[in-house]
Amino acid sequence: MDIDLILRVYPFFIEAAWVTIQLSVLTTILGLACGALGAAARMSRLAVFRWIGAAYVSVFRGTPALIQVFILYFGGPQIGIQLDSFAAGTIALGVNIGAYMTETIRGAIVSVDKGQTEASRTLGMSRWKTMRYVILPQAMRMMIRPLGVNINALIKGTALVAPISVVELTYTAQRFIGSTYKPFEMFLLAGLLYMVIIYVAGQGIAWLDRRARIT
Amino acid sequence: MPDTPFIDIRHAAKSFGSLEVLKDINLQVQKGQIVAIIGPSGSGKSTLLRAINELDPLTSGEVWLEGVQVNKKLSHSQYEKHVNQVRQDIGMVFQHFNLFPHLTVRGNITLAPKLLKGISTEEANRLAEEQLAKVGLSEKIDAYPSQLSGGQKQRVAIARALAMKPKVMLFDEATSALDPELVEEVNLVMKQLAQEHMTMIIVTHEMGFAQDVCDRVLFMDQGVVVEEGPPDVIFRNPENERTRNFLRKHLAAQK
Ligand SMILES: Nc1ncnc2c1ncn2[C@@H]1O[C@H](COP(=O)(O)OP(=O)(O)O)[C@@H](O)[C@H]1O
Ligand SMILES: [Mg+2]
Repeated sequence: MDIDLILRVYPFFIEAAWVTIQLSVLTTILGLACGALGAAARMSRLAVFRWIGAAYVSVFRGTPALIQVFILYFGGPQIGIQLDSFAAGTIALGVNIGAYMTETIRGAIVSVDKGQTEASRTLGMSRWKTMRYVILPQAMRMMIRPLGVNINALIKGTALVAPISVVELTYTAQRFIGSTYKPFEMFLLAGLLYMVIIYVAGQGIAWLDRRARIT
Repeated sequence: MPDTPFIDIRHAAKSFGSLEVLKDINLQVQKGQIVAIIGPSGSGKSTLLRAINELDPLTSGEVWLEGVQVNKKLSHSQYEKHVNQVRQDIGMVFQHFNLFPHLTVRGNITLAPKLLKGISTEEANRLAEEQLAKVGLSEKIDAYPSQLSGGQKQRVAIARALAMKPKVMLFDEATSALDPELVEEVNLVMKQLAQEHMTMIIVTHEMGFAQDVCDRVLFMDQGVVVEEGPPDVIFRNPENERTRNFLRKHLAAQK
């Protein structure tokens, strides 16, 4: 193992890790937004919205995320959507994970006991107030862990923007392999940094989950 | 309108798909009256109770409360407004309590009054204290539901319903999920409400309680009211064969 080489390229990998972190954070935010909207649509009183929500979930879970990234980045310009690779990657991955988060959020909401809704509606509370003050506070606690699973998958999934030349960890490893012919060291370094990012994210989620349980 | 019943259920019918659960039920309750509904499991008692506050809307028939039709046919948004309004007047207590587990006892009681009646936090707190004193749980005001026994949970659920100052209280087997030694504390609260002349409809399996507290007893079977009358008559001297069978089986099972 070439330790010298690792020490030389290390700073570039740290920079790349920072890009991976930015991708992960932005994708999580976009994914949560899409997931919240998707879940609202899936549970709407109106059939059109339910249909749109279901279509969103089955299209984005039913095709490879890599194809979604390619369609937006390479296919986008053909239909007038011109995005740089970072933006295209973030949007494609965010919308993709949003489909999974839609199901996670909806699952947590429907898992709240039906009696809770009945008790709230019986007191005269509207659908919205019931959701806001009775169901969501309970569902939020239950969705932290499964959303953590989505976020774990999403962080690993950021590697899928390497082929469109976003200078994140996987892309950086590949680039240095081209000049050093040391794939073992390069992928090992990238892998270690992914592990650190995923570990920290996992700890953060576990902390949130504990906090939500105590109160 | 002295002759208009406080609660008036006319020709109530309800089907779940092809299953007819209520068949042409008529029930009039006067203000301050206490009515017990008894009958075998699956006879439609819960469904009838839940039709009164539109949790399970009737397929046909009418429900009136104090001259206002509860199950009015309205456009969706108007209907929502209307039921949210009338439900404030109809308290309901469930077999499984359905307390809000993420809120303290105080939070459980004050949530709806604060949101729906626009009262201040101080007023809401006073209301919570007042209702809790009534059910004998003042010291539990800052406890979470998970820290309470079943009987205490049900008393909090009653306090939560009462905090809305309902005109009528509906009880759906309020003590059926409780350990036997906890039944009495809940029954006591209900008896106290009876003394205060709260209008109540009580679905129960406790014949002794029904006999002590209620003005009238309805026996339901297979979606119809088979027989109704004062408790003395229904329990001591029922006319109908089905009522007699039910009571015989039930009392035997209780021993
Ligand atoms: N939401 C529902 N969907 C379908 N069937 C139901 C529903 N609620 C109740 N039922 C059926 O209606 C009948 C009466 O139920 P219920 O009113 O709960 O009876 P009871 O309270 O007297 O035990 C039962 O056969 C029950 O299975
Ligand atoms: Mg029942």
